[in-house]
Amino acid sequence: MDPKSEREQERIEDASAPKPERQTYEHAVEPPQYKEFPVIEPGHTMSSVTEKISNVVLRGRHPMGWFFAFGVGFLLFNLLMVSIAHLLMNGIGIWGNNQPVGWAFDIINFVWWIGIGHAGTLISAILLLLKQDWRTSINRFAEAMTLFAVACALLFPLIHTGRPWLAAYWLLPYPNTMDIWPQFRSPLIWDVFAVATYGTVSLLFWYTGLVPDLATLRDRAKSKVLARVYGAFALGWRGSARHWQRYETAYLLLAGMSTPLVLSVHTVVSFDFAVSVIPGWHATIFPPYFVAGAIYAGFAMVLALAIPLRKWYGLEDFITMRHLENMAKVTLVTGLIVAYGYAVEAFFGWYSANAYENYMIFNRMTGPYAWSYWTLIFCNGIVPQTLWIKSLRTNTTWLFIMAIIVSVGMWLERFVIIVTSLHRDFLPSSWDMYYPTFWDFSTFFGTIGLFLTLMFLFVRVLPMISIFEMRTLVPAARVRLPKDPAADIDVTFGEPPPEPAE
Amino acid sequence: METSTSTMDAHRPIFGLMAEFADVTALIVAAQRTRAAGYEKVDAYSPFPVHELFDALDVHDRRVPLFVLLGGIGGMIAGFGLCYWVSTIAYPLNIGGRPFNSWPAFIPVTFELTILFASFAAVLSWIMLSGLPLPYHPVFNVERFAKVASENGFFLTIESDDPKFDRHGTVEFLKGLGAREINEIAH
Repeated sequence: MDPKSEREQERIEDASAPKPERQTYEHAVEPPQYKEFPVIEPGHTMSSVTEKISNVVLRGRHPMGWFFAFGVGFLLFNLLMVSIAHLLMNGIGIWGNNQPVGWAFDIINFVWWIGIGHAGTLISAILLLLKQDWRTSINRFAEAMTLFAVACALLFPLIHTGRPWLAAYWLLPYPNTMDIWPQFRSPLIWDVFAVATYGTVSLLFWYTGLVPDLATLRDRAKSKVLARVYGAFALGWRGSARHWQRYETAYLLLAGMSTPLVLSVHTVVSFDFAVSVIPGWHATIFPPYFVAGAIYAGFAMVLALAIPLRKWYGLEDFITMRHLENMAKVTLVTGLIVAYGYAVEAFFGWYSANAYENYMIFNRMTGPYAWSYWTLIFCNGIVPQTLWIKSLRTNTTWLFIMAIIVSVGMWLERFVIIVTSLHRDFLPSSWDMYYPTFWDFSTFFGTIGLFLTLMFLFVRVLPMISIFEMRTLVPAARVRLPKDPAADIDVTFGEPPPEPAE
Repeated sequence: METSTSTMDAHRPIFGLMAEFADVTALIVAAQRTRAAGYEKVDAYSPFPVHELFDALDVHDRRVPLFVLLGGIGGMIAGFGLCYWVSTIAYPLNIGGRPFNSWPAFIPVTFELTILFASFAAVLSWIMLSGLPLPYHPVFNVERFAKVASENGFFLTIESDDPKFDRHGTVEFLKGLGAREINEIAH
């Protein structure tokens, strides 16, 4: 018997053979155990969970991997600063955008980042409503990922105006001296509202989830200053049942509202394309296909972050193979939806019997950017199919490589949609090629730097796994009330909680 | 079972009494019995949400969903009102002879602001109805509470302004519930 199944066996015995005096309690007999990886390795207590997660922040010795990832991120972040300074001084002429390709890296990167953010909300809100307890150990940093991805995304619409301080009046409704107001019939203004709302609600949701854990950090912090800082953000949380009841109601309602919100955001983003009359964009498949693509790209990014983080910080007990496998399954399913989207796009191109649509799909597959189309099909259509095989789905190295390939594929998807549709539009006389410049790439890689910098600073200052939700997964959190409330039971059973380790 | 009780100066007023229990079930049973004994100003503290505790203490604040609903309705009116006012009154633009009040185009903004306002209502209502942010609360004067309440401690408090509260009788009552440690909470 290998060690894994031995532990599994112990868990089954531990759960299904309660001590004799507990037999009268309602929940003492566990349902039959499934033969799956556990959501949390057996043997953990409330203390050990608290200690392990909060110690990363409070007493953490940070692994070399942290310094490597943060270092790379910070270097790229500086490149972003230089790129933005250069852009603001010289205008968007430093990019490769031209006529007819008026939109290029700016919108490609915007859509890519926004999409990545979507997995965080899916994990934290939709999986909560569906009572998927495996979300518990990945929701916190997936939500952080959402916030940072939205921050990177928001940068692009802001800087692509070239002079952002002059663009405010057509983006935001405010009384200006010109007496001009935004155009509310335009998808671009819907986008402003959708993304701004999404960023704000994600922040509220994330902060709400953090409050009880901030209280834990406050109580465990060794230094007074640190205790004060965490204490201020913890708002004086003391874990009263009255607080918990309102807290849970609010948290559940936030999840319920985030669910349609997240679906609406990428739908609105897809309207930027679908509402226009450009061949290859003007299609009803866009909203669902964009939402699925967003979740697909996002789960790949969660995998790409979770796999190194759990290894570097030794969190394999909490982010188990179960989580990785489930995420791989979601990636596979959404990948199939995306692949279906490509098939439908090609079908529409032919079935529309429209010369421009027809040519668009032909040009996409055989034109000067055919390499990007076929690489995209390889990355998003073929590589994820390896996830049907369980041994690959549970192989962290392969999952990490696959996640990177999927991220590249999803970036290429936006490149293909945007550049191939624009570069040969209705009049052959205006056809042109698009070539990104150094500054296009430096801005894009710069935002990856911003993302990594924020992400790795986050794991140092805040608990990357929700501590209070992890406590609910340990056996000691199970309530064992007698069936008959009047029955005289010994309320002092159980071991006293161990002293917290210093 | 050992029960330690620390008493302070018997003449100084106290906030109440705090008892620690061994685990979550013990706390729920204790909360039920404390309520059954007629105590009103009772609160229970746990390191994670426990639904049975809400029932035991009868805490079911339904104002949070109400505020969320009101926030959502407010956001909906604000969103549609903004689009309508801008597009028909403040800055009407004739685009291909379409109506100024082209309401289907206003739905995305209306929807987003509905969610935005409702979310703010949710967060503000759970914080403010709970009386937070609160920089000081007497329960933290109990050393054991400050140490483990946010980790693995299960506590029950009975406040001194409860009509049934009796500084000695209530201690005995809590001892009878099987508390591990009973402390007086200084103001």
